[in-house]
Amino acid sequence: MGIRFDAVTVAYDGNVVLDALDLTVAPGEVMALLGPSGSGKTTALRAVAGFVRPASGRVFLGDRDVTDLPPHRRGIGMVVQSYALFPHLRVEDNVAFGLKARKVPKAEIRTRVAEALEMTGMAAYARRHPRELSGGQQQRVAIARALAIRPDVLLLDEPLSALDAQLRSGMLAELARLHRELPEVSILYVTHDQVEALTLADRIAVMDKARLQACGTPRELYRAPADAFTASFVGNANLLPVTVGSAGVSFADAEIAVDTAGAVPGARATLCVRPHLVGIGAGPNRLTGTVAEVQWRGATHRLYVDVAGHRVMADVRELREPPAHGDPVTVHFAPEDAVLLTAGVGGHG
Amino acid sequence: MASATLSTPAKARPRAAAWAWALPPVGLLALVFLYPLALVVQQSVRPDTGGTSVQPYADVFASEAFREALWTTVWLAAASTAGCLVLGFVLALIIAFVPFPGARAVSRFIDVFLSFPSFLITLALLFIYGSTGMAGGLWTDATGAGEGPFQFLTTPWGVLLAEITYFTPFVMRPLLAAFSQLDTAQLEAASSLGARAPRIIRRIILPESLPALAAGGSLVLVLCLNEFGIVLFTGAKGVTTLPMLVYGKAILESDYPGACVVAVVNVLISVGLYGLYRVVSRRAGA
Repeated sequence: MGIRFDAVTVAYDGNVVLDALDLTVAPGEVMALLGPSGSGKTTALRAVAGFVRPASGRVFLGDRDVTDLPPHRRGIGMVVQSYALFPHLRVEDNVAFGLKARKVPKAEIRTRVAEALEMTGMAAYARRHPRELSGGQQQRVAIARALAIRPDVLLLDEPLSALDAQLRSGMLAELARLHRELPEVSILYVTHDQVEALTLADRIAVMDKARLQACGTPRELYRAPADAFTASFVGNANLLPVTVGSAGVSFADAEIAVDTAGAVPGARATLCVRPHLVGIGAGPNRLTGTVAEVQWRGATHRLYVDVAGHRVMADVRELREPPAHGDPVTVHFAPEDAVLLTAGVGGHG
Repeated sequence: MASATLSTPAKARPRAAAWAWALPPVGLLALVFLYPLALVVQQSVRPDTGGTSVQPYADVFASEAFREALWTTVWLAAASTAGCLVLGFVLALIIAFVPFPGARAVSRFIDVFLSFPSFLITLALLFIYGSTGMAGGLWTDATGAGEGPFQFLTTPWGVLLAEITYFTPFVMRPLLAAFSQLDTAQLEAASSLGARAPRIIRRIILPESLPALAAGGSLVLVLCLNEFGIVLFTGAKGVTTLPMLVYGKAILESDYPGACVVAVVNVLISVGLYGLYRVVSRRAGA
């Protein structure tokens, strides 16, 4: 069952926290709502769950308009950052809670609880209390509890944010596996972490300042972001203020060859180049500057290069003899690796 | 080693100083509080006939009046506590979870209410339901009857009503604190899983606030056992609780040993329940 936002606006005391959101999540699709805090992504999720009432617009689950339905009648599975397990109930009773509320026959409850715990790898912990489990295990129980009611829609609100980095990547793989096992479940995944969004999502909806900025597959958003905000939020990006010319753009006193289709000559625009596509030394689209900072990251070096007062990042394979602070350096990138952004012009040096 | 030898005198001196500071207040406390209490215990084993014996205890325990007072005290306290728990839980639920304007003001008022003297509530009830009170007056004016239907204030039910009215906020205060600690995400998760409000209250809110209920309930139980002002002010002549019995024996009958025996029993019950309260509230804090 899909999810559809139809011009959903949410406001608290006249303060708009979600501005006319139009978004459709296809049945079985994983949609990530990606954005910084205060971007409205959690509000959008809570509107689907029924915990906030839109000031205007409708929310649909499949063909059903659920805007006026209370949360307990929506049949949605939900997992939140704090797990929200019931501390006084054992793991199995936590998982059985939704089934009991739905008056599922006792015998069936037992098999479905076992099934959900099996699926999340928590079968051995059925008799434990939540306080006896680690954070990752608690999150598995929360997922099992949400899946036990066999929802068509699963809402995940920053589900991995409370876990440490190593556990997080393990749980990401786990979530991907769960979705392969339950391909018909639509997932709305709220996160501020681009790695989670890029890894898990079929499509990403980028949100900022209560508005939907861009929506597309991770690859589309990464390769061809529509605006500067999306470029910098999905992956790292060098954003250079440029002026559009006839066959390219000019940045500082350098001429840069790039596809300028759709741009008006003479207009100001932003050029987006991913740091790992920037190389050192001579090549097309050369920029010269001085090294401001060198960071060694094991397999790569990250160079910060000052070019005409703007900072350009370059991620290059580990250098045997990395340049030092203040050294002159030349960087370059291929014309096809740069994207000209005409929307959302901003000087993010 | 060096640091250990150095620190010993440094530690010893504050301890001696601490004792010097503590002694006067402890001594004063013993003099004004523990000594009179000891006198009460001593008096209770000194019958009027002279000598030391447990005869006063035997006399008191054998008397119908004492056993009746003990029973009245216990059932009134138990019933009041039960009433306070039910009413307090419902009211605290409404204040904490039903958004209405002025919820904060009501919550503040409860704090103020806790500082009121108990007889004030009884007095207020007298104005309304007493034999010459407002409700009775309205009834007699309206019907022309000789007396109103509200005669219950001088019965045990009147005392029960007054005690529940006065002590309910003592249950609500810890409950409201417990409710404010409740993770709203749990309540949302429960409703998202398909639970309606009654199930959420029964299965999530009630179990998680049991420690607060137990703490508030045992406090109210102890306070009700010792309540004097409410029973006195209702003017319920048939209702004799242990504190009333102490008062009656000491002031009206001049039976000091008897009064002291009842007082000792009352103190023992209170201390026992206080111990229970501490155990329960410590577990609530954990």
